[in-house]
Formats: sequence, structure tokens, C-alpha cells
Amino acid sequence: MIRYVAIKLLEALIAVWGVITIVFFVTRLLGDPVTLLLPIGATEEQMAQLRQGLGLDLPLWQQYFAFIGQVARGDFGESFVFNRPALEVILERMPATIELSLFALVLGVLFGGGAGILAALRRGTVAEMAVMTLALLGQATPVFWLGIMLILFFSVDLGWLPTGGYGTFAHLVLPGVALAVFISSSIARLLRSSMLDTMKEDYVRTANAKGLMPRTVLFWHTLRNALIPVVTMIGILIGELLGGAVVTETVFAWPGVGRVIYQAIEAKDFPVIQAGVALVAAIFVVANLLVDLLYAVLDPRTKTRRS
Amino acid sequence: MAQFFKSLAKSRMGLIGFTLLAVLVILALLAPYLDLPNPTRGDLRARMVAPTWTGLFSPGDHPLGTDQLGRDILSRIIHGSRITLTISLFAVVLGGIIGVTLGIVAGYSGRIVDTVLMRLVDMQMAIPLVLFALLIVAALGPSLTNLIIVLALTSWTRYARIVRGQVLVLREREFILSARAAGAGPVRIMLRHILPNVMTPALVVGTLELARVIVMDAALSFLGLGVQPPTPSWGRMLSEGRVYIESAWWVVTFPGLAIALTVLAVNLLGDWLRDYFDPRLRT
Repeated sequence: MIRYVAIKLLEALIAVWGVITIVFFVTRLLGDPVTLLLPIGATEEQMAQLRQGLGLDLPLWQQYFAFIGQVARGDFGESFVFNRPALEVILERMPATIELSLFALVLGVLFGGGAGILAALRRGTVAEMAVMTLALLGQATPVFWLGIMLILFFSVDLGWLPTGGYGTFAHLVLPGVALAVFISSSIARLLRSSMLDTMKEDYVRTANAKGLMPRTVLFWHTLRNALIPVVTMIGILIGELLGGAVVTETVFAWPGVGRVIYQAIEAKDFPVIQAGVALVAAIFVVANLLVDLLYAVLDPRTKTRRS
Repeated sequence: MAQFFKSLAKSRMGLIGFTLLAVLVILALLAPYLDLPNPTRGDLRARMVAPTWTGLFSPGDHPLGTDQLGRDILSRIIHGSRITLTISLFAVVLGGIIGVTLGIVAGYSGRIVDTVLMRLVDMQMAIPLVLFALLIVAALGPSLTNLIIVLALTSWTRYARIVRGQVLVLREREFILSARAAGAGPVRIMLRHILPNVMTPALVVGTLELARVIVMDAALSFLGLGVQPPTPSWGRMLSEGRVYIESAWWVVTFPGLAIALTVLAVNLLGDWLRDYFDPRLRT
């Protein structure tokens, strides 16, 4: 077990290093930020001076090694735009992003999980049909458009909820629901098919045959095993929610991490882009590390199985 | 082929998806010949006209209304579908070529190549796809070719993972072992014996990826990083129409509906394909 955890940790570290490296070089492709930072009409001399001040005049490989050295000490440099530590700019936005992600995830897992179990247990009924149809529609609807439609209905027409912004629970409802619809649809479909597969397994038949209570079989034999693919999907969803909810955040003017990275890309604010993507990737990797460990609990076979 | 369609006809969901997608593709192909109002030049006297419908084929009607520049929304949606479908299809095929190639190589080569490639997949998966795409489009510029490349880059990992898994099983099968015993080299085995056997799962992944890529393309152009105006694009129609949400609901409703319908059609077809070819791929 310790060996397994150690290997996983090493893999996680390599992945984060790789992401940081990829982002460093792609960021350099964005072009020279100096022209955006100085007022129009700045002299060539001023530009050269600023470039030197930011360390952008050094050869690329030198910049890269200096950067990796900094990152190893937890320093992502100063934001070009805000003139304060880039990591600080990102961390400030973290609470809003985590709040929205957690709310959407909890809502999505509760509804999607419940609907998926219901659909699997009530196979061939109207309830299953209804759940599966809704899930299909929910999965096909782009989250940002659903967000706009929710605003149209609940904010513009009914005036019940704010159109956007951050602060109170009322602000959280619409973006949270928009994201949760997609999450719960995906989970409902995956859990249903995974449950149906698991119910055919020998160990479930054995458990039923030896006269265990149906509820015991459902929770300890079927659901526990059927959850494995769902847990994988949640791991992937966490990453997408943390950094990838850019469009949803834009629609609802939600001050999250995705949006600040997007703004940094537009402003060529290299340190903020690097800090943001690195942090999101690190959280994603840790979340998936936990998922891998959770597997070991759900399914002891994983520990010894390669591939 | 006949069996394929017979099975499709029996599946209600698959048939709905297929029909819907066929209609969308035909409309996209025929768009220039349909005598639609000009999608890029509007009638400024007819701005923000609500959906009007006086009868089939009545000229001057705007069945889905017009936008802030008086451009007919139905026409823009149909013309926009040409761009979306082109970008998405090419992206999914390009992503498929990269992903299938690397998946086969990872699965069939030794442990070192496999480990390196799979770590690469891990890295790519750790960056949220939308951010990754935004960063690259911002770096390369939002041309049609660049969008295809970027979306393909967000797509290859899904193929690579599934294909590699299949190859790990295939490589131990007898027909591969006997080909190797008969003296076939690794390249020949990968091309002649493994590739045909992973085409089916790759096709299924491709269909499901198509749906994801269509949404992502819309998201990028919603943020202003899609194909540039005046070319109509669904995502940009949404972001422009959002400003007028309080006065003209139709401007922002129909382009989104078009995205949702297209994705629904592709998903339905993809689900059916998966069940048709191999119900075991369901993960």
C-alpha cells in the first residue's frame, strides 16, 4: 500500500511539473506583454527597461530555470498588471470558485445519484423513461446557455433572483443550478448503466440468494461497486469545475479563478496565468490522487492490478 | 450496411438522433442555395423584430426574429452551422488520428514508451480543457485552422486512453502472437492487425467527442475567441444577444437551442453506436 501511494504521489508530481512547463512555454507564445503594460507612445528605451525589469530579456531557457526555481519555493512572481504576488491574485478568487463548485457538485451528486439509482431499480417504468429523457436533455444543453435561459426566466421575467454577481446565497443559486443540471445528468446516466451492469454480477446474485435484505445488497454489493466509474467522473469534473467554469463565471459575473485566468490571458499577465493554471492543475491532481486511493477502498483489487 | 440500418431503425433514440443530424447536415450543405436572407448584412430598418410566421415560405418573414443589426436569426443559425460542423468534424478526426496513433504505440510498445505517453495524457488531463484551449487560441490567433488544431489537442487524450486499453488486451491475443511468430515486425502488426481492431471503439469515442467539441467551440466563440465576425457563429450570437436579454428574448434563445439540438442528435447517435458495436464500452 505504501509503495502504491508513493508511486501515485510521484506520478502526481510529474504531472504538475509537466503542466507548469507546458503553460510556461505556451504563455511565451502570447507575445510581448510590454506593449500592453506601457502607455501608447512609450519609447523603445522604456520598453527595453521594463522588459529587463520583468526578466523577459533573458534567453528563454534561463527564464524557464529561474521560474522553476521560484515555483519550487512557492513563488510565482508578481502580477504584471496588479503589481502584487500572482499567487495572491489567484488565491483571492479561490473561495468564490470553491463555493460555486462545491454547491454545484453536491447538488449534482444528490440529484444525479438519486435519479440514477431510481432509474436502475425501476427499470422499464415511466420513472426510468422520465429520468433518462431529462438526463439526455440536460447533458445536451450547454451550461452557459442554460445559465442565460435561467437568467431570462428567473431574473428578467420573474425578478426572483439576481442576474449575476457574488455575495449572498441568492447569487449562488442560478450558476449553481446551471452547472448542477449538467453534472447530475452525467452522473444519472453513468450510475444507471453502471448499476445495471453490477446487478448482473455473480456476487450480487449470491448475496440475494443467501437471503440478505434487499437494502443490504443494494448498498453493500451493488451501489458500492457501481460507484467506481462515478467516482472517476467526479474526479475529472472537479478539475473542469475549478478552472473550466470560465464561461459560466462570465455569464453570471462570478468572480472566480477561471475568469481571472481568462482576463490574465487577455492582458498577457504571464505570472497570473502560470500561477492560476498551476494551482488548478495541482488541485485536480490531488483530487484524482484521492480518487485513486478511494478506489483502493471501494475495490481492493485495484491495488495489485496494472492498467 | 443493411443490417446496420435495420438495427438503427429499430432503436427509437438512435433513429431520432440520426434523422435530426441528417437534417442539420443537409441544411448546412444546402445553405447557400436556400434563398435565405443575407446572414451577415442585415436590414437596419428591421432590427430586433420578434419571430414572425405568416405562412410557409412567405418572403419577408423572420421565423426566428432578427438581431440588433436586423440580421435574420434563422439564416445566421443555418450559416453558423456550417462553421461549427466543419470545425468540429475536422477537430474530432484530427484528434482521433493523433490519439489512436499514440494509443496504439503506447499499448504495443514497451513499458518506457507507455509510461511516458500516459504521463503526457495525465498532464493534458490536469489542465482544464477550456483554459487550455483559451490559452492556445490566444497564443496562435483565432483562425479556422487554429481552432481545429486546438480542439483536436483537447480531444486526443480520450482516444489514446481507450485505444491503449484495447491494445493491452489485443496484444496477448493469439492472432497477434502468431503474426509475431510468423515474423511480422511491430509496425506491420500495429498497422495491419491492431489498427483495424481499434477502429470501432475509436469511432464510438469520436461520436461522443463530437458532441463535446461542438459545445467547446461554442464556448470559445462565446468568449470572443472563435471564428471572427462577420462570419456567423453560434457562440458569438449568444454573447452578442445576451446584452439584449431584457428586450429581445429570441436573439439569445434560438442559437443556444441550435447548439443543444445538435449536441442531442450527436449524443443519441453516439449512444446507439456504442450499444450497437459494443455494449461493454460503456464507461
